[in-house]
Amino acid sequence: MLQSFGKYLLFMQSLFTRKESAKILFGRTVDEAILIGINSIFIVAIVSTFIGAVTCVQVAYNLNNAFIPRSTIGFMVREMTILELAPTITSIVLAGKVGSSIAGGLGTMQITEQVDALEVMGINSASYLVLPKVVAAILVFPMLVILAMFLSILGGYLAGTLSGELTPQEYITGIRDQFIPYNITFALIKSVVFAFLISSISSFRGYYTSGGALEVGAASTAAVTNSVIAILIGDFVLAYILL
Amino acid sequence: MIEIHNIHKAFDGKKVLDGVSGVFETGKTNLLLGASGTGKSVLLKCIVGLIKPDLGSVTFDGTYFTNNKLDIRQEIRRKIGMLFQGSALFDSMTVEQNVEFPLKMLTDMNKEERMDRVNFCLKRVGLEGANKKMPSEISGGMKKRVGIARAIAPHCTYLFCDEPNSGLDPQTAMKIDELIKEITEEYNITTIIVTHDMNSVIEIGDKIMFLYEGKKLWEGTRDEIMDTDIHELNEFIFANRLMRDAKKVEDEEREEEEERRHNGQVASQGKEKAPSEETVETRDEPQPENPDGPAATTQSGNDKV
Ligand SMILES: Nc1ncnc2c1ncn2[C@@H]1O[C@H](COP(=O)(O)OP(=O)(O)O)[C@@H](O)[C@H]1O
Ligand SMILES: [Mg+2]
Repeated sequence: MLQSFGKYLLFMQSLFTRKESAKILFGRTVDEAILIGINSIFIVAIVSTFIGAVTCVQVAYNLNNAFIPRSTIGFMVREMTILELAPTITSIVLAGKVGSSIAGGLGTMQITEQVDALEVMGINSASYLVLPKVVAAILVFPMLVILAMFLSILGGYLAGTLSGELTPQEYITGIRDQFIPYNITFALIKSVVFAFLISSISSFRGYYTSGGALEVGAASTAAVTNSVIAILIGDFVLAYILL
Repeated sequence: MIEIHNIHKAFDGKKVLDGVSGVFETGKTNLLLGASGTGKSVLLKCIVGLIKPDLGSVTFDGTYFTNNKLDIRQEIRRKIGMLFQGSALFDSMTVEQNVEFPLKMLTDMNKEERMDRVNFCLKRVGLEGANKKMPSEISGGMKKRVGIARAIAPHCTYLFCDEPNSGLDPQTAMKIDELIKEITEEYNITTIIVTHDMNSVIEIGDKIMFLYEGKKLWEGTRDEIMDTDIHELNEFIFANRLMRDAKKVEDEEREEEEERRHNGQVASQGKEKAPSEETVETRDEPQPENPDGPAATTQSGNDKV
């Protein structure tokens, strides 16, 4: 465990030695960013819309007190999704989607000697392959999280109004109530940290694959489980420090 | 000329290379011969610097490589082309992009110059027109050709091939071997080929080094190899011949079978046979009937050792 953590730190360091030219890395980063974005936008959209909807319905179910205004439902949906559900659940979903694809891709490149082929050409394969993935994830995740926030609030709106739990006016009043802009900043900080954790841990797992197809599968699984644990620990630590 | 001196390598205390020394000459196809698991790939990787030897040194045309300064190592690496056992094509890129890749990374050619070179190299290996194909869409033999094109694209001075004919049917294997030999002589490069196939030895082995359990047991030319008195080498040759004979019998049987079937079809359709050139070329295509037969299975099986 500790040994793997040390190896992970050395791996991170190797990303910044013998770098390729900025032009090449920039091109690679754009490619990776497009790939991450396109591959995950659909699942993020679906998950966040439903999370918003479910949150709204459950809050409404729990708020049966006549003294509490119905707009509180909108308020609760906003608080829960922006602060926690949008960044964290989105990241956990992305750990499954992006993390496994990073680890699987790098693992396959390793066992089919594509990584060796890069090294023979004198290219720092870790830096060439991994650095753009990490940077791309850091750029794209916050965008996906912003989308997730928007859609989860929209999901809540649809669920709340269509089921007749509250009127559109009440929902909108609720989501505007006592709005703290810092919460958005906090959520974006979380998304950047989670992006780094997912992309670097998954790259690490994939890059150090050896053996065959079976090991590539194992690396993918390890990438997802390790990333999810890292996200949850990171979530706690960030909440503790920044709130 | 590449010189290796006293290369030692062990993995987790298990000795894989045990003091291998030798010289690989320019303009010749130098063969590293040996059964599977004798450390041929490890030796090749030590030479190109993918694995660091525990002891020993490698010199490229007089320049010390192992443990030298990074920029000198990089300078030499830029002159190295390598064909990997599984071709190791970048599977997210087209054939053309694969061959262009080292040019993009290692030279300052512009796009037009790069494409000229790519097309030249693809033509040289007999793959003109395959530019836009993905690696997953082409056969094993074609992959090897793309691998060779990618290796020679940046005008390499040293060419390394790890089992260039593994997993190929005999005809395609022979063509790949010949291509490597031609390229070696045409551009006067230093080529090292790892193989466990006596066919390659007989066809293209200018200079052969026989490895056995991590040691160099014999060295010589293909004319000398048949009358050596090294027991292990004789045993290796004998085993290889047995396998080849077995394969030949099987091939002949299959050919007869095919001929019979083919004749039946020709009789019913009344069409003439395809020209021989065509027949050989289509050998490169993946074939549903698995023409590699038992050889391919034993090869890949042994490689796991
Ligand atoms: N990276 C590695 N780690 C541990 N053992 C290895 C490694 N690479 C090769 N070996 C071992 O070294 C031996 C020789 O392997 P190799 O050079 O691939 O054989 P071959 O002659 O078939 O190419 C094998 O027993 C293999 O298990
Ligand atoms: Mg090998």
